[in-house]
Amino acid sequence: MSAEVKVPGQTGLILNEDLLWERGRQGRSAMSLPESGVPKASLPAEVAGDGPDWPDLSEQQVARHYTRLSTWNFGVDTGPYPLGSCTMKYNPKINDALADLPGFVGAHPLLPAEAVQGELSLIHDLEAYLAEIVGLKATTLQPGAGAHGELCGMLMIAAYHRHNKTRRTKVLVPETAHGTNPATASMCGFSEIQVPLGSKGYLEYATVEKLMTDEVAGLMVTNPNTLGLFETELHKINQMIHDRGGLVYGDGANLNAVMGWADLGRLGIDAVHINVHKTLSTPHGGGGPGAGPVAVSQALVPYLPGPRVVKEGDSYRWEVDLPLSIGRLHGFHGQFRTLVRAFAYILTMGADLKRASELAVLNANYVKEKLKDLYDLPFNQSCMHEFVFTNAKQEPHKVSTLDIAKRLIDLGFHPPTIYFPLVVHSAIMIEPTETESKEDLDAFIAAMRQVAEEAKNDPDILHRAPLNTFRQRLDDVAAARRPILTGDMG
Amino acid sequence: MRYLPHTAEDVKEMLAAVGVKSIDGLFECVPPEARRERPLDLPAPLTEWELRDKIEGLAQGGDWQVFTGAGSYAHRIPALVPYLASRSEFLTSYTPYQPEMSQGTLQAIFEFQTLISRLTGLAVTNASMYDGATAFTEAALMAQRCSKKRALAVSELAHPHWRQVLETYLAAIGDVELLVLPADAQGRTDYGPLAKLDKPAALLVQSPNFLGVIEDLPAAAEAIHKLGGLLVVGFAEAFALGLTKSPGSQGADIVVGDGQSLGLGQGFGGPSVGLMSSKQEFVRQIPGRLVGKTEDAQGRRGFVLTLSTREQHIRRSKAVSNICSNAGHCALTAAMFMASTGGTGFRKLAQVNLDLSEYLKKGLLGLGFKPLGDAPTFNEFALTAPKGFDQKREDLLGKKILAGLPLGAWYPKYEGVYLFGATETKTRADIDAFLAEVSE
Repeated sequence: MSAEVKVPGQTGLILNEDLLWERGRQGRSAMSLPESGVPKASLPAEVAGDGPDWPDLSEQQVARHYTRLSTWNFGVDTGPYPLGSCTMKYNPKINDALADLPGFVGAHPLLPAEAVQGELSLIHDLEAYLAEIVGLKATTLQPGAGAHGELCGMLMIAAYHRHNKTRRTKVLVPETAHGTNPATASMCGFSEIQVPLGSKGYLEYATVEKLMTDEVAGLMVTNPNTLGLFETELHKINQMIHDRGGLVYGDGANLNAVMGWADLGRLGIDAVHINVHKTLSTPHGGGGPGAGPVAVSQALVPYLPGPRVVKEGDSYRWEVDLPLSIGRLHGFHGQFRTLVRAFAYILTMGADLKRASELAVLNANYVKEKLKDLYDLPFNQSCMHEFVFTNAKQEPHKVSTLDIAKRLIDLGFHPPTIYFPLVVHSAIMIEPTETESKEDLDAFIAAMRQVAEEAKNDPDILHRAPLNTFRQRLDDVAAARRPILTGDMG
Repeated sequence: MRYLPHTAEDVKEMLAAVGVKSIDGLFECVPPEARRERPLDLPAPLTEWELRDKIEGLAQGGDWQVFTGAGSYAHRIPALVPYLASRSEFLTSYTPYQPEMSQGTLQAIFEFQTLISRLTGLAVTNASMYDGATAFTEAALMAQRCSKKRALAVSELAHPHWRQVLETYLAAIGDVELLVLPADAQGRTDYGPLAKLDKPAALLVQSPNFLGVIEDLPAAAEAIHKLGGLLVVGFAEAFALGLTKSPGSQGADIVVGDGQSLGLGQGFGGPSVGLMSSKQEFVRQIPGRLVGKTEDAQGRRGFVLTLSTREQHIRRSKAVSNICSNAGHCALTAAMFMASTGGTGFRKLAQVNLDLSEYLKKGLLGLGFKPLGDAPTFNEFALTAPKGFDQKREDLLGKKILAGLPLGAWYPKYEGVYLFGATETKTRADIDAFLAEVSE
C-alpha cells in the first residue's frame, strides 16, 4: 500500500435516538393545521372511527429524529458504494430539484391532455431516447421498477405467443440470472429451465441449442451477465431462438456497461428493461422508487402496455385503442417524477453516455487488476463494468466473504455485493461505476489490500467487524425465528 | 463532463495498469454483430441552466384548480418533510442489505410498518409496494396463496385502473375466474352475486370506493368469509382512515392502499407508495421486504430485513413475488408525514377534508346536481349533472379549472355523472368561487 493513500473509515460522535412513539406526547403537532371555515360535517356512527393512534411530536422533534437516523446510514454521497449489479453511481442534484418542481408535484394525473402537453412531451421524448440508447423500436414507461419491467416484458412475450396460438410453457434462464428472472417467469405462468454456464463464464450456443424446444417461449438473459462478462455468443443464440419461434428478454440491469457500444436490436433482444435507478442515475432511495421502462423490438410493439402517448403534429394525446396491448401495469403513467430525473440525466449527458460506459468499464478493470494478486478471480479475463472475486485466498485463514465485507465498512466503504451470483462460491461482486475518481478507487484498493493483509495476520479483527458503526453485527437468525415487524406503541 | 472525474492523465495511467492501449481495447469482447453501427443520436448535452429552463417549461400541470380525486389527492405537505427526506444518507443509499450501515433506513421503515399497521388495523405491514394498483393486485395473488383457492371477485367500484392492472397480471396465468360485482343504487357494492362463485379465494373491494362511498365492510366480510375466502380492502385516500373504522377492525384479512396522500404529492401519478398489511397468520405469504427488530452483538436494539426466504433473491421461481426494489423512499417520506401530523393532527386534517367536501357537495346540490344515493362519502362523491353542465365544464378548462371527472368513460351506466371532490387545500372562498363559476 502506498503511503499517501488513506482509507476514509473513522469513528465519530453517534447519537442515540428513540423510536417515534417513545418520544411522542398527545397534543403536540409538527404541522400547521388549518380550520375548515365551514360547518362541521360528520359520518354516520356505523362507519365513524377514531383514526390511528400515532404519536404526536413537535416540528423540532421530527427534524431531530430523522436527522439522527440519517447519520446511521451510508449513501453514495457518503462514500464509494461498489455494490455489484446495482450501479451506485452519483445521483445529480439538479435532477432531484427538477423532479420537485411544483408544476410536476401538483399535477393531477387525469388532467386533460391539453393541460399537460409538457408532461406528455417528456414521456414521448424519454421513450424515444431510451429506444435509441438500446437500439430498439419503442418504449413504455409504465413499469414501477426493474422487476416490474421484467414482468411487463414477459407478459408481452406470453401475449405474443397466445396471439400466435403457439403453446409455449417454459422459459430458459441462465444460472447466473438475478432471482427476479425466474420469479417473474413464474408469475407469468412459465416454468423455468435453468441454463448452465459455460466454462468461460458465459452462455454457450451448443448448450442453449439443446434446450430450445418448441415448448420454450424464449430466453431471459442479462448481458453483460452477473459475472461482468459480455455474452459473446448471444447474437448466435438469439438468432437460433428466433428461428425456432421464441423471443428473447434482456435484463437491462447491467446496461451501464454498454451504452453507445452494444445495439440490442442487432443482438436480437425483443424486450429489455432499463433500471433508471442504476444506469440513468436516479437515486435508489434506500430501496426505491425506481422505474423500469421497457424497450421492445418491432415484434412486441403492438403488445406494449397502454394507454400510450402519441404525437400528432405538434401536440400529444393519449392513445387508448390498442387492441393487442397487455393492458395497464401502473395506477397511472408510471413513476413519473423518477422518470423526470432520468430524462434530465440523458439531456445532460447526451452522447457522452457512451463515455460513461467506457469509464465504468475502465474503473472495474483497474480495480480488478490492482487486486487480483490478493483475491481469487475465478474468471480471469477482461471484464465489463463489474467483476467477481471470491474469498478462496482468505478461506484458509477462516475468513469468510461476509467478514471481508464487514471489515470494509469499518474502513469507510460500502461492501460489494456478496454471495451473488450463486454460481460462484462466496462471491464478492465489485462494480465501482464511472463516477468514482481514481483517488477514491485507489483508496478502495488500499482498503481491500489492508483487509487481505489482516486476513492473514489478524483475522479476528475481520470476524468482529464492523466495530466503528452505530450497531455491530445484527442477529438476523433471531429476527427471522421470532419476527417482530411492528413496534409496541402501548 | 462534471459527473465523470477522469482526467486524460488518469485514463492513461489506468489503461497502463490494466494493460490495454486504448478504451476500445476494453470492448474487444463485444462481437461485431452486437455493436452499434452509428453513434448515439441524442440531443447535444445541456448545461445545468439550459436543462433547468427546458424542464421548467414542461412542468405544466401543477397550477390547476382541481375539484376531483379519482385516486390522486391534493394535500398540504409541510416543508419539513421533503427537507428531511432529501438527506442524501437516505436518498442515495441502496436497499439495506448491510444493516450495520443502514440502521437509519431500517428503523424508519420499521416505524413506517408500525404506523401503517395502526392505520389499517392489521398486525403485519410490509416495507411498501410500487403503488396502490400493484398492491391491490399482489393482494389478490397473496389471497390465492393463503386460501389455496383461485377464483376472485372484485367490486366494480374499485378504482378502474386498479382493476385493469389486476386483469393484466391475471391474463398471463389464465384460467382464473374473475367475477365483477356490480354497484347498487346507493353507489355501494352489491355482494349478492358473490354466491355464484364456487370456492372464491378473495373478495376485493375499495373503501371509500371510486365514487367516494364508504362501503359496508362488515357485510363484505360476512359474505366472503361464509364462502371460505379472504376479504381484501383497498383504499386510495388514506385520510379517510382518520375518521372511519379501520378495515382490519371490520373483518379485512389483507388491506392495501395507495399512500400518495401521505406527503407524496400528486406527481402526475407517481411515484407513490403501495401500502400492504395483513393478519399475522399470513405473514409468510406477504410479498416484498419486511423489516424486523433484533439485537446486535452487544445486545443493543437494531433492525434487519427479515423473512427473506419468501423473496426472489433466495427462493427464485418459488418466491411469493418477483418484487425487488419497492418504493422505499416514498415509504420513508410517508412516515415523516405521519410523524408530522401525529394521530391528533391526522384526525383533525381528515375532519377538515370532510367538512370542505361536504360543503362543496351541498353547494353543488343547490345548483341542481343530484346524488346517486345517500350513503356516506369521504372527500369525493358522484353527482348527476344538470343539463348544460358538460359545456360549462369545457369552458372552465379554459380557466384551468377541472370541474369534476365524467364517469361515463369507465362506467357507461354513469353517463352524465361526475366525480367531484375537495381537500384541505381548498378554502371556503375557493369553493364559493368555484360554485359561482359553475352557476354562471
